[in-house]
Amino acid sequence: MLWPIDLIVLTFVIFCAIAAITVRDLLGTAILFSAYSFLMCLLWAVMGAVDVAFTEASVGAGVSTVFFVAAVFRTSRRTKD
Amino acid sequence: MKFFGFVIVCLTGGLLLYGTMDLPDWGDPGSPASTHLSDYYIEHIVEETQVPNLVTAVLADYRGYDTMFETAVVFCAGLACFLLLRDFRPGKDRYFRHVPTGVMLHFKNPDTRLVAGNEFEHMDKEWVPSDMIIKTVCRILIPFIQIYALYVVAHGDFSPGGGFQGGVIFGSSLILMAISYNLKTLVKRVTEKFLSIFAAAGVLIYVGIGVAAMLMGGHFLDYGMLAPLLPSDPGHIRALGMLGVEIGVGIAVMAVMVIIYINIVSEGRHDEGL
Repeated sequence: MLWPIDLIVLTFVIFCAIAAITVRDLLGTAILFSAYSFLMCLLWAVMGAVDVAFTEASVGAGVSTVFFVAAVFRTSRRTKD
Repeated sequence: MKFFGFVIVCLTGGLLLYGTMDLPDWGDPGSPASTHLSDYYIEHIVEETQVPNLVTAVLADYRGYDTMFETAVVFCAGLACFLLLRDFRPGKDRYFRHVPTGVMLHFKNPDTRLVAGNEFEHMDKEWVPSDMIIKTVCRILIPFIQIYALYVVAHGDFSPGGGFQGGVIFGSSLILMAISYNLKTLVKRVTEKFLSIFAAAGVLIYVGIGVAAMLMGGHFLDYGMLAPLLPSDPGHIRALGMLGVEIGVGIAVMAVMVIIYINIVSEGRHDEGL
């Protein structure tokens, strides 16, 4: 359908996923996960699954990022491995 | 150790990929979903339930038993967070500020007591002066977010959304209050008892509607049997039952999100946090 948008967003999704497991700053990882969730939300919306996109935006990009940031706030920001 | 982890990940991923080979192809016309299931839903949902949003109808009515346990899982997540993290011991270091002079007092002994009132103000350890712009914007924004959350719950039958999304949005509006002011403001307004009761009450509403349908002589979660209890025309009774269930899900999810946030950010002490 909208294959150029699909392609661009999918590229960013893969980029975010790889960046999230390679970046050593855990706060940055939380934000990258948020970006990943938001891009997935765009993909769901393009595919017509609006309910799933809504859930992904509110849970994945919204609340879970806050939980990650809260957990980083109470533990350490640097990862060991 | 890292090498073993890599091998295990590759093995699990390979098994999962091998498992997907059994699934029907994408858009396969011979798969069960394409031959009779989707057609049945698309043709019958509106006349059977009077709900235009097919996703909500499948989720809350045809697969209502499944959604009930999803709500129970969310409730269990909140319960686990509470049991693992909640710490009832008073914090060792406490900080107070003398409001007229701005002098900070630091108590290291947990037994010394100072009542926070007009003269003294309880402070967080990592206290920074709160920004007026952030506070004002959040104070104006939070009611609108909450109204929008209620709209999402109430309009789950007609438009995208429903109990889960609405509950999460309502919960995040409360979390925004904790972030823009401080955690004590939230804990004072939304107490732990209130949240615990709401988390349990949401699941109870869901199960209660199912049991009420059973008592009226139908199957569990058979909303059509509730017709004599509700003043509405029998055609819309399934939509009303779904709305009740969505409200239960919304309440449970809202309370659980706030419980998880408060317990994580304050290490279970509910005193100070982000």
